[in-house]
Amino acid sequence: MSAIGDQSFSYLRGIPLGPEPPPTTRAGPFGWLRANLFSSPANIALTLVCVLLIVWFVPPLVRFFLVDAVWSGADRDACLASPVQPHPGACWAFVRVWFSYFVYGFYPLGERWRVDIFFLTLAFGIVWLLRLSAPRRDIGAFYFFVILPILSFVLLHGAPLVGLAVVSTALWGGVLVTVVVATIGIVFSLPLGVLLALARRSEKPVVKWAAVTFIEFVRGVPLITVLFMASVMLPLFVPERLAPDKLVRALIGVALFASAYMAEVVRGGLAAVPPGQYEAARALGLTYWRMMGLVILPQALRVTLPNIVNTFIGLFKDTTLVFVVGIFDFLRTIEAARADPKWAAPNTAVTGYAFAAIFYFVCCYAMSRYARRVEARLARAGRR
Amino acid sequence: MNERADQAGAAATLPEVAVEVVGLHKWYGEFHVLRDINLKVARGERIVICGPSGGGKSTLLRCVNRLEDWQRGRIVVDGVELTEDPKRILAVRRDVGMVFQQFNLFPHLTVLENCTLAPIWVRHMPKREAEALAMTFLARVKIPDQAGKYPARLSGGQQQRVAIARALCMNPNIMLFDEPTSALDPEMVKEVLDTMVELATDGITMLVVSHEMGFARQVADRVILMDDGQIVEVNEPKKFFDAPQHERTRLFLKQILH
Repeated sequence: MSAIGDQSFSYLRGIPLGPEPPPTTRAGPFGWLRANLFSSPANIALTLVCVLLIVWFVPPLVRFFLVDAVWSGADRDACLASPVQPHPGACWAFVRVWFSYFVYGFYPLGERWRVDIFFLTLAFGIVWLLRLSAPRRDIGAFYFFVILPILSFVLLHGAPLVGLAVVSTALWGGVLVTVVVATIGIVFSLPLGVLLALARRSEKPVVKWAAVTFIEFVRGVPLITVLFMASVMLPLFVPERLAPDKLVRALIGVALFASAYMAEVVRGGLAAVPPGQYEAARALGLTYWRMMGLVILPQALRVTLPNIVNTFIGLFKDTTLVFVVGIFDFLRTIEAARADPKWAAPNTAVTGYAFAAIFYFVCCYAMSRYARRVEARLARAGRR
Repeated sequence: MNERADQAGAAATLPEVAVEVVGLHKWYGEFHVLRDINLKVARGERIVICGPSGGGKSTLLRCVNRLEDWQRGRIVVDGVELTEDPKRILAVRRDVGMVFQQFNLFPHLTVLENCTLAPIWVRHMPKREAEALAMTFLARVKIPDQAGKYPARLSGGQQQRVAIARALCMNPNIMLFDEPTSALDPEMVKEVLDTMVELATDGITMLVVSHEMGFARQVADRVILMDDGQIVEVNEPKKFFDAPQHERTRLFLKQILH
């Protein structure tokens, strides 16, 4: 035996070592604060700057929009400075009075219940389709993509056959128009985008170049241009009698525009699927469409889900641009209302825009949260 | 010859020659990757193709189910000549199973769904029947208990055995193996080879690109050496290993056997 062998320590483990719990480091709220907010000089500085910013910005905002805000009133006098309220805040009274205009536009008063039912059926469809634990989501998809469009058309446009008077789309406005444009844009842009992306990767030159031309052309011009072309140029080629409704033209413009962007997003996802997946699917004898639908697209859409939702959010906000062709979307109704001399007060416009910002933020944040939940669920399922 | 579908399911009517390759040439751009390949594989025959990398082994194998196309020559599989006609290509692929080096399981589907996908969507089998079929093959590759898992949760050896089961679920007449053990950790090679040996004893026609010389010795009817896009030697395993006819074969064996 060497000298080393005689020593009390050994290089070899004699007795097997069982697993031990990890060492507990600084725990509790103070531990968290130290680890996350005050861990280094730079971190301490950052924390202090953030606290200062919060102190600087938040109290005035709270005071303006909540504490000093005017909640009710019949006209501008309520929101003007007076001895009673030397510094009036946000003029919510304006939003309250004009609220139904913001939601329905010029939709006839007596028919607005139809819009309410539309909102309810749409919300029901969205929840059924998107709630991951909802039962029979296949029927939900059928309801959303087949029944709902027909039902919505009958409800909103009207059908004299069932006793619903026709309401011209010129009278539609506000949240109604925004929701219709955004929903149509979202629902059509994804399948169209997928088809365009597949066409762009096609081995057939004609198909490929048609897709490339469309995508590059539509992406190369601003949405406003597309909308102008849809509403001004289309009637030049189609007789006025056959020309589709102004709103329909804008819808087509938005859907085509969004689908070009979606195509590029989906193409990125397709490129992320390894070639071996295509080969395995083909080796099993799947046809092109089955290979795409069952093997490639489920994987491609999964990796691009954040980008798809990002595109949806952009589309939702872009819908405000339909105002340039004379359609009264939600933002346009606020614009119109704030010009009302009856409500001419310093804070009317700010309040109107704040209301719009809250509406858009709630919708977009909901989309973002939903996407995060789906991502988390997919990650939990252990799929790559 | 053109209506493969008529023969499906009636193994007795299958031609004696499973795969026939005649005067096959293929180029990748300027690179002449396959040079005048001629090969006849009899029904039930087990062929192992080996050779240095870049020799065209995998390319030849992938031509048999037309994952690759070629510029000259012809290939007839189960009596169906592979042409540009997509119907013929699909018909051949339905009856030729393939196992890849990288497994290529579908990561978004469970093991069971991987196995039932093609029977359901290509063979139009009812879902329950396809699942029962898949379970029998998963049992045969000895992993029925993993059926509900996603491929990412499985070891490499298990994944490759699922890939074999997935191919078998289509009830193929011919199985192609493209270096099935090359991407595996050493301790998992054996479980995959055992599965393949068992398959070989069932009498299915097998074309295997592999460097597993022990496997070749044990199950191959003929061993082929490919180099520079050509078939250099075709021989029965005993002669191939003990008394190779070509200097190139001797050199190759020396390199891989040390």
